[in-house]
Amino acid sequence: MSAVAEVGGVPVPTAASLARRDAWLRRLPLLPAFVYVILVTQIPFALTVYYSFFSWNLLKDNSFKFAGLENYARLLTDESIRIAVWNTVLLTISVIAISVVLGLGVATLLNSEVFGKGLMRTLMIAPFLIMPTAGALIWKDTLLNPLFGLLPYLLAPLGLGRVDWVNQYPMVSVVAVEVWRWTPFMMLIILAGLQSQNPEVMEAARVDGASAFQAFRRITLPLVRPFIELGALLGSLFVVQTFDSIFMLTHGGPGEDTTNIPFLLYLVAFQGFNIGQASAIGVVAVILTTLIATVALRTLFSIFQVEARR
Amino acid sequence: MSANATRANAMPAGGFPTSKVLWSVVGWLVVFVFFFPVLWMWLEALKTEPQAASSPPTVFFVPTLLEFQEVMSGDFPPFFINSAIASVGSTLLVLVLGLPAAYALAIRPVKRTQDVLFFFISTRFLPFAASLVPLYLLARDLHLLDNIIALTLIYTTINLPLGVWLLRSFLLEIPHDLFEAAQVDGASFLTELVRIVVPLIAPGIAATSLICLIFSWNEFFYAVNFTSSVAATAPVFLVGFISGRGLFYAKLAAAATLASLPVLLAGWIAQKQLIRGLTMGAVK
Repeated sequence: MSAVAEVGGVPVPTAASLARRDAWLRRLPLLPAFVYVILVTQIPFALTVYYSFFSWNLLKDNSFKFAGLENYARLLTDESIRIAVWNTVLLTISVIAISVVLGLGVATLLNSEVFGKGLMRTLMIAPFLIMPTAGALIWKDTLLNPLFGLLPYLLAPLGLGRVDWVNQYPMVSVVAVEVWRWTPFMMLIILAGLQSQNPEVMEAARVDGASAFQAFRRITLPLVRPFIELGALLGSLFVVQTFDSIFMLTHGGPGEDTTNIPFLLYLVAFQGFNIGQASAIGVVAVILTTLIATVALRTLFSIFQVEARR
Repeated sequence: MSANATRANAMPAGGFPTSKVLWSVVGWLVVFVFFFPVLWMWLEALKTEPQAASSPPTVFFVPTLLEFQEVMSGDFPPFFINSAIASVGSTLLVLVLGLPAAYALAIRPVKRTQDVLFFFISTRFLPFAASLVPLYLLARDLHLLDNIIALTLIYTTINLPLGVWLLRSFLLEIPHDLFEAAQVDGASFLTELVRIVVPLIAPGIAATSLICLIFSWNEFFYAVNFTSSVAATAPVFLVGFISGRGLFYAKLAAAATLASLPVLLAGWIAQKQLIRGLTMGAVK
């Protein structure tokens, strides 16, 4: 367009304005979605930042007053927030680490010569599709319940006795249920990576005398690494937000043993109606999530670029 | 080198049938462990209450649909319908808003396409903590608490970024000539979109709808905090079973089965679209 405008050394304003109009027409279809997203995410977030500097409890009339950094100061000194951050980190890292390892194992099994691959895959993704609240309830009441649950019954002969998993090992229980849910997710992504592998390469490695383990470590693992990274990062963005299973299994307890950031937010905002404090937690949560998300999106873009180059 | 080659010859790449049997057994054991809680949920749902809460657990029993009937004739259906309204409604909104946006980003690249994409997707991973309080206050002031429209709009927000990314990834696969041909013919933007783009990316629309349905159908945080009775969805119904009402395991399992059924079936039918949707189009 600019080349046209410079023909004969005479500026042609109509071409420039046409280009501008054209650019606007191109952007037009983008606008509704853009405006909607800004309205429902950006403006509320700005308000969240604003509220975080106020002391405001919905249960008390006229309690709205400027509090400066008080809410943030309380976050630093309050034991609850430290526990919640720790629980969030612990939960996220254990769930992602365990489900990546299990997912890699299952994906490798499903990628090898086995009977009934299709059905295996179908059954395997069920835990991810089951409503998380439903899954957590089934685990809590019919599998882990010390009196009527199947697991304590099966484990009793092993000398473990009737362990009350949810109350005695609350974090282990939450991690177990979340691993059950996220392993299929990791498996699906890693399996897609495995299936993109050229079988001839593997065959060549075998012919060259590489053991199955060597071939896996040297050829398969580097190939699926980007897929593992993608699964781990996307997964952690979801697991950081875990709320459903904690609400259903432990309700953040006993005490604060399984209270993570989303559950603490729920307690502060909807049990305490402490708007200022909840907003400060929101701001901190955004900062923490942005750190993970930045890395995740970079991975996503690099995979897109690999796909594009193919 | 030659010694290695001989050893390799003794071990064909395909593996012996015995190893196939062995790995099949291992594989099926693992799959059984993961699938078991779902199977157990179904079994419990087909039992009577005393059978469902027995110790030792009841393994052999005559299946009955009694608890399903109980749940369906009880107060469950309105919750189920609310879930359907919020999920389908938000999915349609995502398509209506997302398709033109994805189109603009894919076919008619604007400046800073990457920035816009990055912005969209960053909002998907904004924790609900970021906008929860203002949205709650707004809904309260507009008398939209416990209103299914408010929930539908929130689910649209959750799914729109994903929808834009996913639809764009499908649009990128369409040969560019097709659109240019349409533009030369003087097709207006909307005609172009409806008559050419929509049929071409039907699989993409299906994948996007599936992912939107899964996320909004299973969503719990906003559902439990923004609704109470009138607009409460299926996962909120399950909260009633949490504790204190001990021996309703069969009913619980029947309700859990019914609540999970739509997403389970949709996910099973559209397995191919699932991976692509979950990774926002990055993995095909």
